[in-house]
Amino acid sequence: MPFIPHTEEDIQAMLASIGAKTIDDLFDEIPPALKGGSLKRVPSGLSEMEISRLMLERAEADGRYLSFIGAGAYEHHIPAAVWQITTRGEFYSSYTPYQAEASQGTLQLLYEYQTMMASLTGMDVSNASMYDGASALAEAALMAVRSHKTSRRILMPATVHPVYRSVVRAIVKNQGIEVVEIPYCKESGQTLPEFLDAFGKEEFAALVIPQPNFFGILEPVDALTDWAHSKNALAIGVVNPMALALLNPPGEWGAKGADVAVGEGQPLGIPLSSGGPYFGFMACKQALVRQMPGRIIGRTTDQDGKPGFVLTLQAREQHIRRSKATSNICTNQGLMVTAATIYMALTGPEGLRRIAAQSHTNTLTLLEKLEALKGVKRIFNGSLFHETVVSLPGPVDNILQTLKSQQILGGLNLKDYYPELGNAILVCATETKTPADLKNFSERLGQALDKVSAASADAQPSSIESLST
Amino acid sequence: MLIFEHARPGRRNYSQSPAAAAKIDDIPQNLLRKVPLLLPEVSEMDAVRHYTRLSQKNFSIDTQFYPLGSCTMKYNPRACNSLAMLPQFLARHPRAPESTGQGFLACMYELQEILKDVTGMAGVSLTPMAGAQGELIGIAMIRAYHESRGDSARTEIIVPDAAHGTNPATAVMCGYKVVEIATDKEGDVDMDALKAAVGPQTAGLMLTNPSTLGVFEKNVAEMSKIVHQAGGLLYYDGANLNAILGKVKPGDMGFDVIHINLHKTFSTPHGGGGPGSAPVGVAERLLPFMPVPVVASENGVYRWLTEKEIPQSIGRLSAHMGNAGVLLRAYVYVRLLGAEGMHRVADFAALNANYLMAELSKAGFEIAYPTRRASHEFIVTLKDLKEKTGVTAMNVAKRLLDKGYHAPTTYFPLLVPECLLIEPAETESKETLDAFVVSMKEILEEAHTQPEMVKGAPYNTPVRKLDDVKAARELDLAWKQT
Repeated sequence: MPFIPHTEEDIQAMLASIGAKTIDDLFDEIPPALKGGSLKRVPSGLSEMEISRLMLERAEADGRYLSFIGAGAYEHHIPAAVWQITTRGEFYSSYTPYQAEASQGTLQLLYEYQTMMASLTGMDVSNASMYDGASALAEAALMAVRSHKTSRRILMPATVHPVYRSVVRAIVKNQGIEVVEIPYCKESGQTLPEFLDAFGKEEFAALVIPQPNFFGILEPVDALTDWAHSKNALAIGVVNPMALALLNPPGEWGAKGADVAVGEGQPLGIPLSSGGPYFGFMACKQALVRQMPGRIIGRTTDQDGKPGFVLTLQAREQHIRRSKATSNICTNQGLMVTAATIYMALTGPEGLRRIAAQSHTNTLTLLEKLEALKGVKRIFNGSLFHETVVSLPGPVDNILQTLKSQQILGGLNLKDYYPELGNAILVCATETKTPADLKNFSERLGQALDKVSAASADAQPSSIESLST
Repeated sequence: MLIFEHARPGRRNYSQSPAAAAKIDDIPQNLLRKVPLLLPEVSEMDAVRHYTRLSQKNFSIDTQFYPLGSCTMKYNPRACNSLAMLPQFLARHPRAPESTGQGFLACMYELQEILKDVTGMAGVSLTPMAGAQGELIGIAMIRAYHESRGDSARTEIIVPDAAHGTNPATAVMCGYKVVEIATDKEGDVDMDALKAAVGPQTAGLMLTNPSTLGVFEKNVAEMSKIVHQAGGLLYYDGANLNAILGKVKPGDMGFDVIHINLHKTFSTPHGGGGPGSAPVGVAERLLPFMPVPVVASENGVYRWLTEKEIPQSIGRLSAHMGNAGVLLRAYVYVRLLGAEGMHRVADFAALNANYLMAELSKAGFEIAYPTRRASHEFIVTLKDLKEKTGVTAMNVAKRLLDKGYHAPTTYFPLLVPECLLIEPAETESKETLDAFVVSMKEILEEAHTQPEMVKGAPYNTPVRKLDDVKAARELDLAWKQT
């Protein structure tokens, strides 16, 4: 019996102690009509050898690609030590640290994480993490509404990750909160302060400010922050933590700094893994700490005066406050934060800066190579971090499909999110890409484009198989 | 000592980042970082030692027995971890085409089908990232259902007083008013209170069954009838699904929507507080409202269904598709168990719980609901012990840490005074349970002979009792360089 240690002798002795004849007797309080229901779609059990073989076959079938997709999840090198330490049983199989004396390892690590994230974002305090970047942004919006008291309106630039915008709407809509979208500048790809005044006539609780934005473009964060504050609203930064090694952090934006910073923590040592588990981070100014959702760790002392760590400000949380809690959130993403903390300790400030700077440079180099191809154009002229939108002179699906058959994932097709951009893709090159990779991608793209233009010159339907994916 | 205190200016790991510092002079000056970045400057070995030592200050399933009620701290098989971390799975980008993830999607599809079967529901979505998010999605679907019928008068969610705190907090996040109903002497929901609470204003009832009191709600079929007759829907909090896995399907009990905590019943790691994962299952009438994406299989090809195919969906709750890596671990676990292994989980979880309850009762502990069978957990109340000796449930919990056991859940459910909620899980052996009973007996004796000593516990942990009041009053949430 997998994972069950009982011998026949154990079972009999235990039943005798209970005073039951069979194990079935232990279920005698369940009405018989509810019992049964055989499992028809669950296959029989496999041995570890059999399931290993199956999983290996499936993993190999999925293969490995040279990927230039970013769009909120970024490939970075992860030092070997990160996951070897993170998957030690003492981290992997421990529970939420309610019993502080038995959880000092996790608690101290989370305190170190909070310190690192507060510094990275330029904020006073960080919580111990949220589910992911999108849900962290939703929680920040709720936090802004709680602290504003009179307005339930959130201003959301269209340059924020489109899925984040959907997630925010899905989470806040049942609380009567209105999310108002702000258009972007077609030339720079930015949210410009002059666009905002029309939206600021009516009261609002917060302005969301992405940095970099979904297009990879750097926003005029100082002016946006000051504008939000001039209207008596909060400024919520939604940021890539890797970019903050180079960029001015939210806490320093404008005259007073943004009030809340959130984002996706995945770039800090978390593998792409088809989308999760990742972690969201949230940091804020001291004045807002009691409005913050999620776990928060504090340093204190034990009865002998020795320093130690505990979950603190629990009066905000659901297990104490029940229906009056700041959020229903019960967990953080403990194991992911464990990895991120070790990642940041291994890279240090200079390492993180170099990874960010190399990603930036690689993307600029790639952009230069792509723009040298006939008909490929950079769409926005704003400064960028490590991602950019380019337009292609032909149907994107066909071109990406051709690249894929050559083991290259050439970026994200933007047609579902920003149809107004035409044949546009979002491409990213992190520090993991070598000069040879960049050359390989641009040459293959050039060949794919030649094929497309030859096909259209012949006025024949494209010979390239078009797949919906 | 904190990692920052191991640091020395200029110390670096040269293999872990690019050899040269690339130029960034095209970025406008006003957008660049000027404030210092407080990350530690340590060597790889410093970091490895520091975090290895920190790990050793934790209790964990791999090192200790964890009789933590309502948390199902069962063994996390290592194969689940290593197979979910195959390099191709780790490297796959969430926005990569579906054709590059057919192996991964096959696992997801099969997991959906298996969970449907086990829970008796018509559809399953894997996206929720934790139990509380599963609840949020479930209640949002209930709301979407009522709204789609133009039924806007339903403003209340009924929650038993024994429920997890996430239940009322979730209902409020979905814009509902919470009505708490009482528990009767036997530990069941008070049926008169339920009848009095339901009405045309009832959107639904959230129920954990077996309940957090460690008993099976015998009247669940009648409860289902009462709520449904009033036009409300039934939400199943799957926190205690382990107790009835393969025995009773929540769908057969009449539930319309359910969340399943994979980090409990399906043995994915708790990870020191996450990542969780909580797929939601729905009955036929809620299928149109499922969160996206959901995996579909057409002629042997797997693909995601999105808002296009499920236009009334309550939407997306994560940036991608939820905690994929956790779902892979659960998939490996269910394939290792197989159909024949499912009911064994419940069998041996119940055997361990009822045995431990019997042995602790014989050892002189007061059981909160002595006439009831334990589900996979049960409650000991130390009310009398506290009156006689001043030793509280928290004191006993802390003393257990000294003896090498993680504490049971304390002071939850709130309605039983001085309670310990004990759940041994099916993966523990009889010897472990027997040794735990011996330690509990010792503590009981210590409580009578040296109560002050017990109140001072713990003594053998890396730190002794910590000052929570100081932590909240003199907030120190981040280290400052001096």
